[in-house]
Amino acid sequence: MIRLEEITKTYQLDGVEVNALRGVTLNISEGEFVAIVGPSGSGKSTLMNIIGCLDTPTSGKYWLKDHEVSKLSDNKLADIRNRLIGFVFQSFNLLPRLTALENVERPLIYRGVPKKERRMLAEKALERVGLQDRMFHRPNQLSGGQQQRVAIARALVGDPALILADEPTGNLDSVSGREVMYLLKELHAQGRTVLLITHDTDIARQAERRVKIFDGRLQEEGEVVL
Amino acid sequence: MNLLQAVRLAFGAIMSNKLRSFLTMLGVIIGVFAVVALVSIGQGATSQVTAEIQGMGSNLIVLAIRGRGGLDSLTLDEAVALAKRPGVSAVAPVVDGYATVKFATESNYTSIVGTTSAYSFVRNHFVDQGRFLADVDVQNRLKVAVLGAEVAENLFGGLDPVGHEIRINGSAFTVIGVLEEKGFSLGGPSDDFVIIPASTAERLLRRQGIRTVYLQAESAATVDLVVSGLESLMQLYFRDENAFSVFNQAEILDILDEVTGVLTLMLGGIAGISLLVGGIGIMNIMLVSVTERTREIGINKALGAKKRDILLQFLIESVVISGVGGFIGMVLGYGTVRLFSGLFGLTIAFSPQVVLTAFTFSVFVGIFFGLYPANKAAKLNPIDALRSE
Repeated sequence: MIRLEEITKTYQLDGVEVNALRGVTLNISEGEFVAIVGPSGSGKSTLMNIIGCLDTPTSGKYWLKDHEVSKLSDNKLADIRNRLIGFVFQSFNLLPRLTALENVERPLIYRGVPKKERRMLAEKALERVGLQDRMFHRPNQLSGGQQQRVAIARALVGDPALILADEPTGNLDSVSGREVMYLLKELHAQGRTVLLITHDTDIARQAERRVKIFDGRLQEEGEVVL
Repeated sequence: MNLLQAVRLAFGAIMSNKLRSFLTMLGVIIGVFAVVALVSIGQGATSQVTAEIQGMGSNLIVLAIRGRGGLDSLTLDEAVALAKRPGVSAVAPVVDGYATVKFATESNYTSIVGTTSAYSFVRNHFVDQGRFLADVDVQNRLKVAVLGAEVAENLFGGLDPVGHEIRINGSAFTVIGVLEEKGFSLGGPSDDFVIIPASTAERLLRRQGIRTVYLQAESAATVDLVVSGLESLMQLYFRDENAFSVFNQAEILDILDEVTGVLTLMLGGIAGISLLVGGIGIMNIMLVSVTERTREIGINKALGAKKRDILLQFLIESVVISGVGGFIGMVLGYGTVRLFSGLFGLTIAFSPQVVLTAFTFSVFVGIFFGLYPANKAAKLNPIDALRSE
């Protein structure tokens, strides 16, 4: 499903070179629930951006399903984000002037799904996260937990193979956080690959497999580093 | 993403910021309104002037004689004989002056035109009641008069003047007709005068000789031939090129066309500038909008929006603003033009071409000034855009 080979990412920050990733190799098979755990500054956001096809690596190779992503054009990357990946962000990233339903519809608009079908799929996705009676509310009329559930609905509406969640519980109280984690586990149970990025080990423990990231390098849990 | 969808998204964005969208639109509204209104007024003036000149008679040539020394005019017979020249279809010599015209207690000091029967069609001015001068009136120096519409109104009020007797400088004249109303025209009021036979006028006004001759060429093609023939004949007669002048309608039309053309262009230009300023307003707001919506753009990109989708969305937003503004400006311009023409009796040419051009131009303004901000939005890096607050 995901295969990273010797991925590096180097930034220029005010003229100083920052090595965010220093040779990351990672394999995730279809249907896995993996948590990437690391403190801030460890490079986990950079890794998430690369896996999410929002950014391209400086060197190394990345395969997502059958696509070698490191070689693709911007347009192709947009297409892959649209069809293969569902994002769940820490800060929800809903469009404030749209209703929950319109927010969930958005990825399907870019996919070119006709209006009726789009609406139906979006309604279904919102029902699935238990927000069928909040469809016409705007984000500022929803609680944080509800907003994140809208975001999850948006992530799964396009039926992507991979759900990429970046600190999904970071801005939530523990009850809402548990709800969100429950939804993610449910998605995994239905056969989807879920990749969770977090600094919270309690959250990470709920995944099947944990990978630690530190200073731009990965370490599988249980692995001994010499 | 198809075009219809992009238009829907653009409308959503525009409606979410109504006041700003309207103010931006206002620039275009005023621009298009100005173009439509000013050009319509300019073209109206042109067509009015043209119509008036053409109303003076078709293929009209005017011979004006200043004279040289004692030789300062043509005789009536000489003037009438000009009709036999090649290319000339009719000739109306004119002896003119001023006189007091009286009926009952009403009196009017007005212009007297002594002429022949040909005047009516040479000058394209026909009788409304009664009849015009006939050749016998001129031959027999009859004291008959045809009144201009205004004179008739002044002297007779609602009464039918035909058959009544009036006094011109004390002599009795019988009114045989009243001219149709022409309204104001170039070369003076065209309704405030009295026509009498040229032979009678020479005596009445104590002016021998003809100093103005109106000629009608057979066709537009023979105008130049007649003019040059006339010039060489007068040169032979007076032996002085300053003693006379010949001008024709086409010449006057050309000059006036040029003047009004420049006027229309100038008005259109000024209006065009305001449209341009409206366009810059759009660009300004779109740039602000791109900056404000950086995060939104980032989210959309993460969800799979391509460069093209973002470009299209922003471009359509600016085109919708300018297009709707253009449409409102067009309607407003049309309404105002209508209102003014109704209120002040102005002739206003409302040409669909101008309206269409102004509207199309406004849409292009939207595209042109929207392209840069839209491109800026499309090129945003999704990570940077997501990170922005």
